[in-house]
Amino acid sequence: MKDTLLEIKDLNVIYKTYEGTVAAVNGVDFALDRGKTLGLVGESGAGKTTTALSIMGLVPSPPGIIQRGRVTFAGQDLLTLPEKDMKKIRGNRISMIFQDPMTSLNPVLSVGLQISEALVAHQNLSEAEAERKAAEMLEKVQIPGARYREYPHEFSGGMRQRVVIAMALACNPRLIIADEPTTALDVTIQAQVLELMRSLKEEFATAMIMITHDLGVVGEVCDDVAVMYAGRIVEMGSLDQIFGNAMHPYTLGLFRCIPDIEEESSTIHPIEGLMPEPLDLPKGCPFHPRCPQCMEVCRQVVPEACEDNGHRVLCHLFGGGERRA
Amino acid sequence: MPELIVVENLRKYFPVAAGNVHAVDDVSFTIDEGETLGLVGESGCGKSTTGRLLIRLIEPTSGRILYRGRDMASMDKQELHGLRKEMQIIFQDPFSSIDPRKSIGETIGKPLEIFGMGRKEREETVDALMEKVGLSPRLYYKYPHELDGGRRQRVGIARALSLSPSFIVCDEPVSALDVSIQSQILNLLQELQETMKLTYLFVSHDLSVVKHISDRIAVMYLGKIVESAPSLDLFRNTLHPYSQALLAAVPIPKLNRKRERFILSGGVPSPINPPTGCRFHTRCPWTMDICSQQEPPLTDRGGGHSVACHKVP
Repeated sequence: MKDTLLEIKDLNVIYKTYEGTVAAVNGVDFALDRGKTLGLVGESGAGKTTTALSIMGLVPSPPGIIQRGRVTFAGQDLLTLPEKDMKKIRGNRISMIFQDPMTSLNPVLSVGLQISEALVAHQNLSEAEAERKAAEMLEKVQIPGARYREYPHEFSGGMRQRVVIAMALACNPRLIIADEPTTALDVTIQAQVLELMRSLKEEFATAMIMITHDLGVVGEVCDDVAVMYAGRIVEMGSLDQIFGNAMHPYTLGLFRCIPDIEEESSTIHPIEGLMPEPLDLPKGCPFHPRCPQCMEVCRQVVPEACEDNGHRVLCHLFGGGERRA
Repeated sequence: MPELIVVENLRKYFPVAAGNVHAVDDVSFTIDEGETLGLVGESGCGKSTTGRLLIRLIEPTSGRILYRGRDMASMDKQELHGLRKEMQIIFQDPFSSIDPRKSIGETIGKPLEIFGMGRKEREETVDALMEKVGLSPRLYYKYPHELDGGRRQRVGIARALSLSPSFIVCDEPVSALDVSIQSQILNLLQELQETMKLTYLFVSHDLSVVKHISDRIAVMYLGKIVESAPSLDLFRNTLHPYSQALLAAVPIPKLNRKRERFILSGGVPSPINPPTGCRFHTRCPWTMDICSQQEPPLTDRGGGHSVACHKVP
């Protein structure tokens, strides 16, 4: 039985700029079950963050316009929800962790206050109760509750990110969207934060969308993986399917271009060329100019998704479950 | 191969209100001609400062740097100016390391201009350099904001190559780039090393990248080298607990990896008042009494594998 928490259907987001229209998200479809973690992988400009912002109702407008699509969260369509109702969801039932903990915390408010703010706003707690709960949350992320009244600059980068995690979890949300939460951290600190996120996710039974460019991080925390390229999900499946049996040439390329730390000598095979210009996406499959297996049809026609056992791929090489090439 | 660079007891302290930041504290190593020495560690360990000291972008507090046997610290301005041709640097951020008001051609040709090359010859040289690093010649009159990160980093590389140096400090040259672009630049750096017989100091926090490109690796922690070894050796037989922790912390994109969880507690202590004895003892899972009292010397355990740890026999 499926227990779907979030479902995104045919999401299309554009940014209208002076130079033209940027097609940031072009028909994204996915579903996320309760308690599961989905990794959203891709390089800069792939549309990962815009997808996340659409869920939160935070696409900056102007220039952003959600042209089409549905974002259904626990049975409600978030895109048609009035702002007043969206406010009750944002930070309460869906919360977000941003990349840079220095800019996502307010430097002139104590960390405790920033955590309790959400509790006062969403859970009708008195200030005293909220303060007690916030101190508890700090302890949960392994920061002494006594540091409640300290300011962000008094914490290290790893601790700041843990404060942000405490804020995100304070109202016990059903969904957390983490946008490159460990990218700004050193590796040993990243390991601490990932471990913490993993254990808290279990404890709070929260579903998570983990946006990252690092396939290693995906391997550590995700159940499912969606690979994005030029505003589309080009491949999606379980961690086993994507890591064990990647099919899309772009996904394969991503794996082949990172040096293997466990091999004695590694060769890397770059994906040639550059990300397409978002103002001027190529005709047909957006990956075709860089694809080593490009065929004539790829230049003309956008591939349809084909799916087998939950493993979905958007590529002309595959269709009807059979490999054509 | 003969030694190109010998570093002896190098120190760099930065005075701040609260005391001195011990950025680099008594570091010694050598770099052989034609090799790549990787310098890894986390933010604030002194790896970038070391790179900058080597090419004398900043002055050391004490210690010696010998380049082809000559002491760089004792050189006067003129001698140093001549030496600048031989040593160059590629910076991390391709956005802030090139002048936004200069065209690509001007940026790459600037070092040639400084060293007195005429305009005509300069333009030809720049064209050749652009081709070498994979930049289309039509970009000559473009400005940095018209280029993506990968191309900008190619401009930084072309500029570093313009004076045909022997030694290049690569300071996190691929950290700001997307993975697919990162691999293009890594391959380019390796190709150039072969064709131009370059020696690299490759500074990075990314162990997979360092392992891929380096012949030897030195691991730094709080201003000290804690372990150094030939690249494969360091990964096959990791001795220092900090190196082990660093290695264990790298997320690996593979399935079903049963790895020992080895997660360090706490963060890096302040470099203003670094811990006594072994600087890692405050976070080390195997710390002993001696570790907080006495600093372990970096000693060779055979085969060029050195480690500074009381616990390692």
